[in-house]
Amino acid sequence: MSSSRTVEAAARPETRHRLGRLDAVGYLICLGGIVRRELLRFFNQKERFFSALVRPLVWLFIFAAGFRNTLGVSIEPPYQTYVLYEVYVVPGLAVMIQLFNGMQSSLSMVYDREVGSMKVLLTSPYPRWTLLLAKLIAGVSVSIVQAYAFLAVAYFWESDIPALGYLAALPAFLASGLMLGAIGLFLSSLVRQLENFASVMNFVIFPMFFASSALYPLWRIRESSETLYWICELNPFSHAVQLVRFALYLQFEPLACAVVVGTALAFFGMAVVAYDPGRGLMARRGGPAGETP
Amino acid sequence: MSGAAPALEVAGVGHRFGARAALADVSMRVERGRFAALLGPNGAGKTTLFSVITRLYDNRQGRVAIFGHPLDREPSRALARLGVVFQARTLDTDLTVEQNLLYHANLHGIARGAARVRIAELLDRVGLSDRRGDKVRTLSGGQSRRIEIARSLVHRPELLLLDEPTVGLDLESRADIVAIVRALVRDEGLSVLWATHIFEEIDPADDAVVLHRGQVVASGRAGDLARPGETLADAFRRLVADPGRAAA
Repeated sequence: MSSSRTVEAAARPETRHRLGRLDAVGYLICLGGIVRRELLRFFNQKERFFSALVRPLVWLFIFAAGFRNTLGVSIEPPYQTYVLYEVYVVPGLAVMIQLFNGMQSSLSMVYDREVGSMKVLLTSPYPRWTLLLAKLIAGVSVSIVQAYAFLAVAYFWESDIPALGYLAALPAFLASGLMLGAIGLFLSSLVRQLENFASVMNFVIFPMFFASSALYPLWRIRESSETLYWICELNPFSHAVQLVRFALYLQFEPLACAVVVGTALAFFGMAVVAYDPGRGLMARRGGPAGETP
Repeated sequence: MSGAAPALEVAGVGHRFGARAALADVSMRVERGRFAALLGPNGAGKTTLFSVITRLYDNRQGRVAIFGHPLDREPSRALARLGVVFQARTLDTDLTVEQNLLYHANLHGIARGAARVRIAELLDRVGLSDRRGDKVRTLSGGQSRRIEIARSLVHRPELLLLDEPTVGLDLESRADIVAIVRALVRDEGLSVLWATHIFEEIDPADDAVVLHRGQVVASGRAGDLARPGETLADAFRRLVADPGRAAA
């Protein structure tokens, strides 16, 4: 290579036209790309789509049918009459999908970190918290697709949700998805390796799901144990379920909304700190193989 | 704006993992339009240095600037000028070549229309235009690497970092990749920092920095690192030998 050519070429980058833009429009393009990738990956993995759908359907078709006669659910808001147990569990199962999805996204964050595609995301020029937010929104989009696919099947089974309820529940699903996704995002910063994920299942997903209002009304739990009742009341998952349940029946639950939004913000904030290269766990987490102690 | 600031300036950078210093007082620069080699044995701190430059780790000690934009104060401007090929494979194997490249374009705020034009141009450049719609898992190791290079260039970066890009590739693929990157330096004035421990990839006229145990032990023109009669490989072995043996 001749040196005059190098010098001439070296002067060029200064005038080079850059393609990307760093403003709000650029960020929306970036957000769109992240959401699109998540959806493409989701639809590429057919088994993931079906297992996400089968899990709640098994609950609905088998578990709920079995308990139909044992557990009558008496009148309590938002229901205006006695409801069948199958009708009662539908909202809880829809939010369960989001719970699993939130943890699944967290799992894929850990996987992304192991295979390195997280590095690709984090070298995007947008501020890191906006990238995490985009990642969160991408996961929530997938969870909403799954939840509505389930509601569509449940509609033909046993359901008395008013047509407008499906629309009214969209913001509720968005909020509950953001909350569960933010919890997953925060957990993903704590989990060092993929193998540790089984403990997330045992210690997060199952307790959150069972100690909630998803499967049984809380007054029923109170009859058997006051302590358990309070645990369920303090469980943010209960509030996510109630928010969605009320919204599906065209009612608004302000306390549930406040708890869900507050929990989402708190966990997202912690995740941002945990992923900050300077302050959080990324700094303390091991470096590349061979260069760490 | 940044005037004649070098493409990359690293000054006094240190990084620790717990008690162990992975980098200590590292200073180096990549001049505009130059091909610079970062040499070092495994575990020398090359990947850690790359992680600091790409802001995956925060450098509390020292300063990193890309075309004069300090990484800590102007991270967006700095990262927008930077393209990276990581050591590990980072393509989504379930997605097609084009989907992977579009995703990257979006990450840099490039809309799909403009991105498609640029992607066609780059796939042509790396000789893989016909693989545009194929899933990445059907590509060979060398082809994936070429796609990763194309991806790193989508947003027209002015500085390209490559962390041992030819590791695990056969001789022919390795030569292809070196040729592609050298052509970019020659034709487009791209500045390159190329981490490697394969000496055949380096020309005597390249700039070179030798990293050993987290410290810079030599830097200058690659050809000048060797003493008379010494090959670059000999010089490298001498430079990274244990201090006791080096004195001999």
